[in-house]
Amino acid sequence: MGQAEIDDHSGTETTGHEWDGIKELNNPLPRWWLWTFYISIVWAIGYWIVMPAWPLISGYTTGVIGYSSRATVVERIEEARAAQSKFVQGIAAASLEEIRKDPELLDFALAGGRSAFSVNCSQCHGRGAAGSPGYANLNDDAWLWGGSLDAISRTIQYGIRSGHDETRFGDMPAFVTDETLTRAQAGDVTDYVLSLSGTAGDAGAVARGAEVFAENCVDCHQPGGTGNPELGAPNIADSIWLYGGERATVLESVAKGRAGNMPAWTGRLAPATIKQLAVYVHSLGGGQ
Amino acid sequence: MKHAIIEKNPLLLTVLTLIVVSIGGIVEISPLFYLESTIEKVEGMRPYSPLELAGRKIYIREGCYTCHSQMIRPLRDEVERYGPYSLAAESMYDHPFQWGSKRTGPDLARVGGRYSDDWHVAHMNNPRALVPESIMPGYPFLAETALNFTHMDDDLRANRAVGVPYSDEMIEAALQDVRAQTDPDSDGAEALLARYPKAQVRDFDGDPNIVSELDAMIAYLQMLGTLVDFELYKPEENLR
Repeated sequence: MGQAEIDDHSGTETTGHEWDGIKELNNPLPRWWLWTFYISIVWAIGYWIVMPAWPLISGYTTGVIGYSSRATVVERIEEARAAQSKFVQGIAAASLEEIRKDPELLDFALAGGRSAFSVNCSQCHGRGAAGSPGYANLNDDAWLWGGSLDAISRTIQYGIRSGHDETRFGDMPAFVTDETLTRAQAGDVTDYVLSLSGTAGDAGAVARGAEVFAENCVDCHQPGGTGNPELGAPNIADSIWLYGGERATVLESVAKGRAGNMPAWTGRLAPATIKQLAVYVHSLGGGQ
Repeated sequence: MKHAIIEKNPLLLTVLTLIVVSIGGIVEISPLFYLESTIEKVEGMRPYSPLELAGRKIYIREGCYTCHSQMIRPLRDEVERYGPYSLAAESMYDHPFQWGSKRTGPDLARVGGRYSDDWHVAHMNNPRALVPESIMPGYPFLAETALNFTHMDDDLRANRAVGVPYSDEMIEAALQDVRAQTDPDSDGAEALLARYPKAQVRDFDGDPNIVSELDAMIAYLQMLGTLVDFELYKPEENLR
């Protein structure tokens, strides 16, 4: 290169490149930019040395600190477990009733139960445990399988029609599908059932339905329809309905049966977590 | 300063640019194809059964991936919520993969077995019936639409062409396997299970009269994350 050309106007050297009479000034790069650039190069070299970086023939450079995201997550979880262990061990060792009476354990169980509930239970029972058609409301006083701490804990552990050996298993037959009842008889018993919670129906149908009820339903649902939590037979004399209390819905229950599922959580959740859930659900309002 | 030669010769500039740009790809991507540590050694992975694969295609067709990822990252909050972090081996038969970290909905990498089929049927029909605060659209038409699986064998062939180990037998039986997986009483169910261990065989959508798109979708969702046997998996041998 020969003598650098100086731009008349700015007094700055040009690069000698010219496009349509416009010449490029050869301004130096801003210092702050240049230094940031150099520092990032140094940082990168340091990173290669410290962290896993370069692929090799049969592996990769692991870095001097031996960082592993998979080992780190295990450590983090172990740290958290260690921090919780005092409470978790307390919960594991205590009975459900003892947990409820110990304010410190109860606080932990309610907080842990709430978080386990939102991850595992809220999808069906709702975030506030108010349920939806087919999925029980856990805030009210009506319990299919009993609302004591032990009953709730058992339901959570083994589920309902879950396939677990210990599962709770209620069997509401499909009376019309299985041809135990005619369509007309199913309609009558529906009117009778609705009359138990105060919905007036045709008096003749109600009377005929009462007979059908006495022959087919009373073993599980009990005289007067008060239900039997031993069998998961709901109280059908109140106004609380799992699937809905409209006549068509109740008739569908009679005609086609009902067989909702709840998974067994034992094996999926730690025993202490199930206890926390039981205490939490029990605390929602309807615990017996 | 000889870069004038490059700057004044567009073809040379293009070729040299490609070489420079591809260095990053060569260093970052190509080792994944030869490093033995890329894919963990696990027990239980198998190619998707034809019905699951059909469900997967619907999942992609409906754009489920725009809101749901299938990748549990090795972070404490994710592992505590979703289960063991995802392994590369778990998506080795995915074409295309469904990784991601942008989640409008929850991660689905281990959604299999979490909910009942009934739940999925109700939720697909109208998510807000079960989860009032949900913003997921309803997909009620899936239950009404018969699954078109006349090309299922070609789908398996296409997957084999990109490396999924479907056997000739699997391809030949693809159409009947779709039917068999939705009908536990059929003769084909046993053969299906021999070809695809751990496949779940039942009428997923609760309507035995039709092999619907919902059948395929639920079959796919119910198997997600359920194949690898984590009791036999040794995490300490696969630290990354």
